[in-house]
Amino acid sequence: MSNDELKKAILDILVTDAKRSVDDIAAMLQQPKKKIKELIEKMEQDKTILTYKAVINRAKFDSDRTTCLIEVQCSPQRGVGFDAIAERIYKFPEVRSLYLMSGGCDLMLLIEGETMRDVAFFVAEKLATLDHVKSTTTHFLLKRYKEDGFILTGQTNPSRLAITP
Amino acid sequence: MKDFRAELIKTIPPSGIRAFFDLVIGMKDVVSLGVGEPDFVTPWHICESAIFSIEKGMTSYTSNLGLLELRHAIADYLLRMFSVKYDPKQELIITVGASEAMDIAFRAVLNPGDEVIILEPSYVAYAPLVTLAGGVPVNISLIHGDELVVDFEKIESKITNKTKAIFINYPNNPTGKSFRKDELVRFALLAEKHDLLVVSDEIYGELTYDYDHICFSSLPGMKERTILISGFSKAFAMTGWRIGYAAAPHDVIEAMMKIHQYAMLCAPISGQIAAIAALERGNKDVKAMKKEYKRRRNIIVEGFNKLNLYCANPEGAFYVFPSIKRLPFSSEEFCIKLLNEEKVAVVPGTAFGSTGEGFIRCAYAASIENIKEALRRIKDFLQRHDAL
Ligand SMILES: Cc1ncc(COP(=O)(O)O)c(C=O)c1O
Repeated sequence: MSNDELKKAILDILVTDAKRSVDDIAAMLQQPKKKIKELIEKMEQDKTILTYKAVINRAKFDSDRTTCLIEVQCSPQRGVGFDAIAERIYKFPEVRSLYLMSGGCDLMLLIEGETMRDVAFFVAEKLATLDHVKSTTTHFLLKRYKEDGFILTGQTNPSRLAITP
Repeated sequence: MKDFRAELIKTIPPSGIRAFFDLVIGMKDVVSLGVGEPDFVTPWHICESAIFSIEKGMTSYTSNLGLLELRHAIADYLLRMFSVKYDPKQELIITVGASEAMDIAFRAVLNPGDEVIILEPSYVAYAPLVTLAGGVPVNISLIHGDELVVDFEKIESKITNKTKAIFINYPNNPTGKSFRKDELVRFALLAEKHDLLVVSDEIYGELTYDYDHICFSSLPGMKERTILISGFSKAFAMTGWRIGYAAAPHDVIEAMMKIHQYAMLCAPISGQIAAIAALERGNKDVKAMKKEYKRRRNIIVEGFNKLNLYCANPEGAFYVFPSIKRLPFSSEEFCIKLLNEEKVAVVPGTAFGSTGEGFIRCAYAASIENIKEALRRIKDFLQRHDAL
């Protein structure tokens, strides 16, 4: 396996389970531990791996935390397209993700706030008032069914016989 | 009242797996490496096609041989994957799992007293099915010390004028061993020299991890004397749908069909529709599951060898067959003690023939967490018995 292939294989494991140890990954890919460790460190340094975090089921604890998706239509600017406006927007910490889109809107934002009021404030006071922002459509998230590949709603693993031929 | 059971049935011993299953059932917190089926559920797009077909009212019988569309899809698949060409109208039959395909294959070809060579350790059904079909299973052990080796001279020495067929299964349940080209060629030479039929159970054919599977009937001159048996249970994680198939020369398929049409009529239609979806768009699912199995295999093989329980690196399927010969227990004792003391379920090698004594079968169709937990518990077990 080339280093690039190996890096891809390591990432493939880490994106589904960031806690997988170097020892495990080395065994899974039949590679020396030292090499796996080095490659992971390299990818941390060059920011291929940005961070390690948990995917959680927020329904398991009380939280007022509010999430919404916001479609933004804006006018691109000469020379910089949407990049300048995007930069203005993504610097707000409320903005968890920001994407340039094709189709009905130009930018799509994923916003998280501690409460609904925080989000409303952000949209009304900060986002809608920016130069070049023509319109915004805010969609509040009501229920999470699936998060990052994990089904969250009451699906249990079907049981299997403990011994079969 | 008299004993109504047939004499033949009484000669067939109960499955060793069944006996062990009865021990496990009802026990709590068991970590099981005893399951011979994928731990994945059938990919959703496959389920969804079957659900849609039921909604459309497709709930009828199909032709005895199975839906022609499915036979076409299988023929295309076999050609694409393994470079063997079968005529979907003449040379394929859809069965209720590979299990039924094996049953009707033996019944279609064996005369009373015909011998079938079976390489042991082997999947539990072969010898009983041969017996039930009136044949005589001739078991040949592949075990040499801790290794699995095919001794072709030994096989040849067991061939008599009664020998009708040789049965091979690769990648293998319970050992995970597969055959390379040179070994397959030697089977082909034997078959040719002694004019034998080869029944080849290749249900794990997609699940090889280090090299590509070679279909036995793709060897020169072998298609005419091979019954290829396969199905959807393993690679596509579709055990409960009960769809398998046999590919063979037309006259053999016709003979098998005679039994199938009366005993089974046809395989379930929803399963057949799901199988079509599996062949049309299931390749990426197989690839993803295979990738995962390979990683688990690597973990479990390293794990057993670290525990000093010699474990060959199996080329396919989802089983390892480590040796426990250095412990003072029989396979069965080992498995029962391990179950009672550590709540880890593995299957004694002897469930797959007496030659499996000294081995256990562990399936890695289990999550990496479960595999690691089982290995931890086995380590504790070995420590307690001063075997580490
Ligand atoms: C080698 C082998 N052949 C056949 C089968 C049965 O397959 P099916 O579900 O298609 O009847 C199994 C199941 O464990 C198996 O391991």
